[in-house]
Amino acid sequence: MRRRLLIAVRSCAARSLSTTAAAAAAASTPAPRDRLFNKVLVANRGEIAVRVMRTCKRLGIPTVAIFSEADAAAVHARFADEAVCVGPAPSTASYLNIPAIVEAIRKTGADAVHPGYGFLSENAAFVEAVEEAGATFVGPPTFAVEKMGDKVASKKFAAAATVNTIPGWAGVVKDADHAVSVAEDIGFPVMVKASAGGGGKGMRIAWNERELRQAFELCTQEAAAAFGDSRMLIEKFIEQPRHIEIQVLGDKHGSVVYFPERECSIQRRNQKVIEEAPSPLVTPEMRRAMGEQAVALCKAVGYHSAGTVEFLANPQRQFFFLEMNTRLQVEHPITEAITGQDLVEHMLRIAAGQPLAVTQDQLLHFTGHAMECRVYAEDPARGFLPSIGRLLRYVEPSGPNVRCDSGVQEGSEISMHYDPMISKLVTKGVDRPSTLAAMRRALDSYVIRGVQHNAPLLRSVLDIPAFEEGQISTAFLAEHFPTPESSAPDRLPLSAGQQDQLMALAAMLWAAHEQRLSGGGDLQGEIDVVLTLEGQQVLATVRPASPELAAAAAPGVGQALEVQLPHRILLVRDTGGSSAQLVNAEVDGERLALQVLSRGPRHLRLQHCGAQRSITLDAPLAAELTRYMPAPTTEDFSKVIQSPMPGTLVHLAVEVGQEVNPGDEVAVVEAMKMRNVLRAEVAGVVAAVEACQGDVLGADQVIVRLQ
Amino acid sequence: MATGTVAGRRLPIPEVDVLPPYASNTKWERIQAAKEAALQGGGPERVAKQHDKGKLTARERLQVLFDPGSFREAGALVQHRCSDFGMDRQQYYGDGVVTGSGTVYGRPVFAFSQDFTVFGGSLSESHAAKICRLMDRAVEAGAPIVGLNDSGGARIQEGVMSLAGYAEVFLRNVNASGVVPQLSLVMGPCAGGAVYSPALTDFTFMVRHTSYMFLTGPEVVKSVTMEEVTQEQLGGAATHTTKSGVAHGAFDNELDALAGMRELLAFLPPSNREQAPRVPATDPADRSCPFLDYVVPTNDLEPYSMLGVVQQVVDDGQVFEIAQDYAKNIITGFARLNGRTVGVVANQPAVLAGCLDIDASVKGARFVRFCDAFNIPLLTFVDVPGFLPGTAQEYGGVIRHGAKLLYAYAEATVPKLTVITRKAYGGAYDVMSSKHLRGDINLAWPTGEIAVMGSKGAVEILFRGKGNDIAKQEAEYEEKFNNPFQAAKVGYIDDVILPRWTRQRLCAELETLAHKRAWRPERKHGNIPL
Repeated sequence: MRRRLLIAVRSCAARSLSTTAAAAAAASTPAPRDRLFNKVLVANRGEIAVRVMRTCKRLGIPTVAIFSEADAAAVHARFADEAVCVGPAPSTASYLNIPAIVEAIRKTGADAVHPGYGFLSENAAFVEAVEEAGATFVGPPTFAVEKMGDKVASKKFAAAATVNTIPGWAGVVKDADHAVSVAEDIGFPVMVKASAGGGGKGMRIAWNERELRQAFELCTQEAAAAFGDSRMLIEKFIEQPRHIEIQVLGDKHGSVVYFPERECSIQRRNQKVIEEAPSPLVTPEMRRAMGEQAVALCKAVGYHSAGTVEFLANPQRQFFFLEMNTRLQVEHPITEAITGQDLVEHMLRIAAGQPLAVTQDQLLHFTGHAMECRVYAEDPARGFLPSIGRLLRYVEPSGPNVRCDSGVQEGSEISMHYDPMISKLVTKGVDRPSTLAAMRRALDSYVIRGVQHNAPLLRSVLDIPAFEEGQISTAFLAEHFPTPESSAPDRLPLSAGQQDQLMALAAMLWAAHEQRLSGGGDLQGEIDVVLTLEGQQVLATVRPASPELAAAAAPGVGQALEVQLPHRILLVRDTGGSSAQLVNAEVDGERLALQVLSRGPRHLRLQHCGAQRSITLDAPLAAELTRYMPAPTTEDFSKVIQSPMPGTLVHLAVEVGQEVNPGDEVAVVEAMKMRNVLRAEVAGVVAAVEACQGDVLGADQVIVRLQ
Repeated sequence: MATGTVAGRRLPIPEVDVLPPYASNTKWERIQAAKEAALQGGGPERVAKQHDKGKLTARERLQVLFDPGSFREAGALVQHRCSDFGMDRQQYYGDGVVTGSGTVYGRPVFAFSQDFTVFGGSLSESHAAKICRLMDRAVEAGAPIVGLNDSGGARIQEGVMSLAGYAEVFLRNVNASGVVPQLSLVMGPCAGGAVYSPALTDFTFMVRHTSYMFLTGPEVVKSVTMEEVTQEQLGGAATHTTKSGVAHGAFDNELDALAGMRELLAFLPPSNREQAPRVPATDPADRSCPFLDYVVPTNDLEPYSMLGVVQQVVDDGQVFEIAQDYAKNIITGFARLNGRTVGVVANQPAVLAGCLDIDASVKGARFVRFCDAFNIPLLTFVDVPGFLPGTAQEYGGVIRHGAKLLYAYAEATVPKLTVITRKAYGGAYDVMSSKHLRGDINLAWPTGEIAVMGSKGAVEILFRGKGNDIAKQEAEYEEKFNNPFQAAKVGYIDDVILPRWTRQRLCAELETLAHKRAWRPERKHGNIPL
């Protein structure tokens, strides 16, 4: 550790050494006339850092990355022309460490700083520090950030600027009695929320007085604990609300334009996961009304740079101001996709003092539709807990209408220190259905191994009829996936047609495997295979497709095969570019991407349309005999955790009665100066702990017994 | 099957069972009846009992093992010749074992399958003779032998004849060793002398909860040592795959086990006269593995999974592990590189820091010798801090057992490719397919550390506490040895490569070495320190 760290620091130092020289050189020579800035430091990490740098590179501006010690090998640090280490892994000590970042600005001679989103993007102190260091902050002016940062203040301000606001008390509610009287004025249901709130904390809905009093009490406590600020707001609760937002862009000369809206209603716990532009709900009139109000607000606050005015809309197309985000939003790429604009470029131009390079009229003539899926390393089946680890295999989808903004590559670590977002997957099409189709295919072919992730769930959402019809609200995910189990990949639904496709492809894989191990070549005769899926046995016969059918199939590397299921025949063919993880195939003329999660001699675990299924494959005679096979039982040996060698028990991670899952850390035994992490092999409850931390253990000594 | 017409279309004439010359021929009818009886095994009642236990019959197993319809039986009409204890009144065709041959993925394989429904699968003179004839044919034909064991033991009624039968089988196991691959799948009881046939074969597999192996059963154990132990605890699959190392793998049920045997056979050459079959590769030989650039932790004390490394490198990430649950500090298994079978041996730093100990040495040595016997190139991944210290190891003879692995690597003449991922310390460096043991290609990652020992211990000896800047002394040592440079300078490492190119490099090197020949001095046989 020490050795490598040294190297990291050394290379860090070497980098900054060379960069001081570069900075000195840059300071003495004026920038080329067409260059907006001499050097842009991106005060962020991950995909957004890479995304900002891409635009800088296109514009010929050298870039500086900052990175924490944990991110020394991260993509964003390597993508930049220079990289500066700003501190240890925790973001408070690195990406939020203003003095260290200012030092990086000074050392590298960067004359502009782009904050990305999150971290210091809406921090007035940082803006000041950047400007003090002599660099330009690529973002809105401090006073606008401050005005819009407070929910109470921003609402008052918006109301004054004639923006629609949700009926409610335009100010802080004094106490529960006050809350009740306000609620009676505006009518139930009402929402109580903390002035300083965010992320769903300190936020409750009340349908009557009793609930309101209770909600007020709880929210006040939560807000005090979470934000140190117990001020409460109360407003009318919008039923079936849709989150629709307007991207704005203002220059330093007083011009402001609005972009076509984005709809971000697919959320889980107030976290956006699927966004699209334009919204299926919004009409041109509504768009104009929303846009004009957003522009009015920006003008009132003297805004420049990119910003987003968020609204809640109801099915009657009434809309109400929610808040304004004074930064580049995560979901900005979908706006870029339909307008052909580069928002980061605009931000840089605006920061450099240039007038807006786009007119309102241009922006209203957008084309097509775009959608973004946020792919997170998390486990939907375990309440969306972040899932950390290294990306064992990682292949991003590609194609003409696909954009994948990520800050990772195969081998990257998804660490506990930062947001577990893997990427933003964006697709574009001439209309909503074609955009959806592109997104389906992109998610299907997105290979991510090594961490749990939400791509299967996202993929499953795309097939829900209500989503296809655009009938969505911010409660959509909670309504369609009410429990953690219902969002587990094993439980995601497959239509009858999709199940047939899955069977046909499984049969094709079996035939290919048999052929391959028998020496290769095309299938000549017929192969019968019995597929067992969820306890149901289905006979499939695979044979070479008749010449007429084969001719009709798309050209591909694989042999055209006919898979006969009991009720239909499907024509399948491997269309090439397949790997051990991904099978590209055509089934009855439809191009599909099937994921192979694992394979054994007679078992396949596949993912089709997000749904993951285990399939057992047998020759017919063997299938006949499966009824004699005993039900699987678990081993007793795995229920005992023993020391693998003589050593010291340096850490005990469980106690009696605790539940453990396979792979959970149970204890750490140090021996030969190596820390051996002992993990549970099976799920169970700790029945007994037979050693204490610090004990010297013999080989095979039992540490923990599970029940 | 009746002939007839369906919707005006004439159906082809089906094959009839008996054609005129043999129709109403009493000789043929007798044979037919006998064959029919043979197929019934011990009769419907015993078959039902077998099924109730979650077990298949001897013939069902063979049908699953072989390509559909390819199995041809030999000796179905054999009967025992014992007349004592009323045995002359009990006759079953086949005498408790089904023998024959067929194909697995199109390639010839011989197999015998003991029939527990006939005399409890007990081994008689005739039963043994059938197995022996099969083995003789397999060796001459140069094809693998699979034994499906499900037998109550020696047929007591036949006395020394059955003991002789065992010995005849043992002799053939030994003579076939290294000539054709021999696999054993224990699918029921296998006790007493019977255990030595599987023990002499190359690989033994078991089925969880329905098979067990021991020399003396729980009752004898209790009467002699007073230990109370169940059959499962004494000799079940869990015991033999995790504690004793007698079995090389366990499966949840018989169908999984038989499918596993097919998968394993596909890796193996039919005999020592041939190369392993090469399958068409779909995984690109030049695939880069960026994951590997990050897999070795920056902290020396942190473990990582070498299995993950192997899965990145080999075709489709598929490894058929041998003895997966035994001596987990070393990984052994079959995989493919660009369609060619390789035997993988890898230290597992995630278990016991990847140390070599008695069990790991024995597990590794036996696997290396199998690969060498059957022309399977060896691919070795090294991250080994040394041999495991301690009285248990020294008293247990770690010197003697460690020498087995050393011996096995040294005598192996198949292509030997080695990758040092991190530590290669001390004697363990020498053992793990080093250049000095005729390693063909020895590669190291930049994280490789090749030294007599780690820096702390080395500094204590080198400086004997003199000088007070231990950190500086350690740094000096690490500068010299915590990289593969010194070893590369003297040519003991052929090249230092970026981890991501490991697969590409190994595939290319293996291609070059495909026709490697190396000779050993003439001798009867070497004397491996058993």
